[in-house]
Amino acid sequence: MDLFIIPIAIVSVVGALLAAALVFAERVITNYGDVEVDINDGEKLFTVRGGGSLLENLTLQKIFIPSACGGRGTCGYCKVKVTDGAGPLLPTEEPYMDAVERKEGIRLSCQVKLRNDLKIEIPDELLTIREYLCTCSEILDYTYDIKQFRLAFLDGQQMKYTPGQYVQLLSPQYEKSPEEVYRAYSVSSDPSNKAFIELIVRRVPDGICTTYLFDYLKKGDQIRINGPYGHFYLRDTDAPIIFIAGGSGIAPIKCILHHMQNTKNSRKSVFFFGVRNTKELFLVNEIKAFETAIDDFKFIPVVSQPDPEAKWNGATGRVTTAASDYLHKQPDAGKYEGYLCGSPGMIESSVQVLTKLGIPEDRIYFDKFS
Amino acid sequence: MTSSDSSMLHLSIILFTAVFTDNILLARFLGMCSFLSVSRQVKTALGLGFAVVFVMTFTIALDWLAYRYILEPYAIEYFRFILFIVIIAAFVQFVEMAIERYSPVLYQNLGIFLPLITVNCAILGASLFMVIREYNLAEAIAFGFGSGVGWMLAIIAMAGIREKLNNALIPKGLQGPGITLIIAGIMALAFIGFTGVLSGR
Repeated sequence: MDLFIIPIAIVSVVGALLAAALVFAERVITNYGDVEVDINDGEKLFTVRGGGSLLENLTLQKIFIPSACGGRGTCGYCKVKVTDGAGPLLPTEEPYMDAVERKEGIRLSCQVKLRNDLKIEIPDELLTIREYLCTCSEILDYTYDIKQFRLAFLDGQQMKYTPGQYVQLLSPQYEKSPEEVYRAYSVSSDPSNKAFIELIVRRVPDGICTTYLFDYLKKGDQIRINGPYGHFYLRDTDAPIIFIAGGSGIAPIKCILHHMQNTKNSRKSVFFFGVRNTKELFLVNEIKAFETAIDDFKFIPVVSQPDPEAKWNGATGRVTTAASDYLHKQPDAGKYEGYLCGSPGMIESSVQVLTKLGIPEDRIYFDKFS
Repeated sequence: MTSSDSSMLHLSIILFTAVFTDNILLARFLGMCSFLSVSRQVKTALGLGFAVVFVMTFTIALDWLAYRYILEPYAIEYFRFILFIVIIAAFVQFVEMAIERYSPVLYQNLGIFLPLITVNCAILGASLFMVIREYNLAEAIAFGFGSGVGWMLAIIAMAGIREKLNNALIPKGLQGPGITLIIAGIMALAFIGFTGVLSGR
């Protein structure tokens, strides 16, 4: 018996000793102590135990840096500007950095280890992005292919967003789609309602997310969103405003109009809302009501091909043509700010029309969804 | 000659032999996998080479101690394969930790290669040769260091040749691994020319 037991015991003991030595060494050597991370020059400070990656620690702090690969250094999305304390650029980061980024101190946050105090810079918009769990508390039919979904935040959470911004909605796995997908929708509801947001969604034939929302999501179901995102919001100037939207593109503009009413904004403003036929018109009375609620606001719905029997007596033709004709009559046409939301084609022709009227491109705002 | 002179000479012969005439890679063909896969650039080959030199020198000493004081007294030399591998793995882990903590710059250069070394058969091979040739501790260290340097020399030479080959016109069927194996063969032939020049056994 001893012939077997003693040799095996000896080798096992040596192995165990080595393992113990390694565990001990790890305790001593990789003990970096507490590390302080300073975001945007003192805007947010947090202290954590050193040794982990910057990305995982930011995620623990509920700061969501985009990352697709889960911290393996293969996607290159989790770029963060580190102004102090990151050490030299690692070979694993080099392929993702161009000369300008190297100079500015951009790093892959999944590769940067917290060894000492760090100073980093994160754009404000990333700092406010969070994930929220919501309940779908109301579904409204607007037209044959447009619905409004009200998502109520759970646990008294609130999302701080600028009117006009959008959220990403997670469409979970369901029978038509084996994968989870994110789709972006603008917030349409009155921003003074903190408890919920509303999204206006047009059905995309065979779309993964819209099929889920239209055919599977029921009132009371839970749904995940994250946000807010986007640069589509009212600029703080005195310039007159022209909004142009098509179909479900009305959503962020409705939100901005609520905001203008809440803040008693009295800038001159006009809203051209384009649809193909009268069947597609929705929210007309609600938006019309803003004409009395907001000083100097005009709402002009435009139907491009009205059915003769619908007896539409409003503006007809292309929404961009109607907007162009209107601005031509304004003495200060070139001073307007343009806010656009709709299909890529509508945005493109609107930009053409507005620039032709003398509005520079940097005063025309839109978020591109495709 | 005093005895210490002769032993210095003896050690340098062992070292020289390990580097050139009995090169562990090109004469013994150990450590071929990383030799073929990490020899695309001189820079990375240099990094891996240094890591091998370092690990080989230290693990051969540790393995010698383990052999002499654990395996031999209990007459369980047949466990040397397991024990050597365990020691090498533990040492590489330890070194990786230490380098990462105390020298981020060195870690930056060696970091990704260190874990690869655990499974580099040249490391284990050197320790096993040390047993077969019945080296004492000093001889073992000289042999380990020499083998590491020899391995580094070979991989740097290979990387240099492959960098030049980037601009060469190579028949399609031979591109990549094909031409690399042919080069390795030619290099090995050249090293075999040293055979018998010195034998540091």
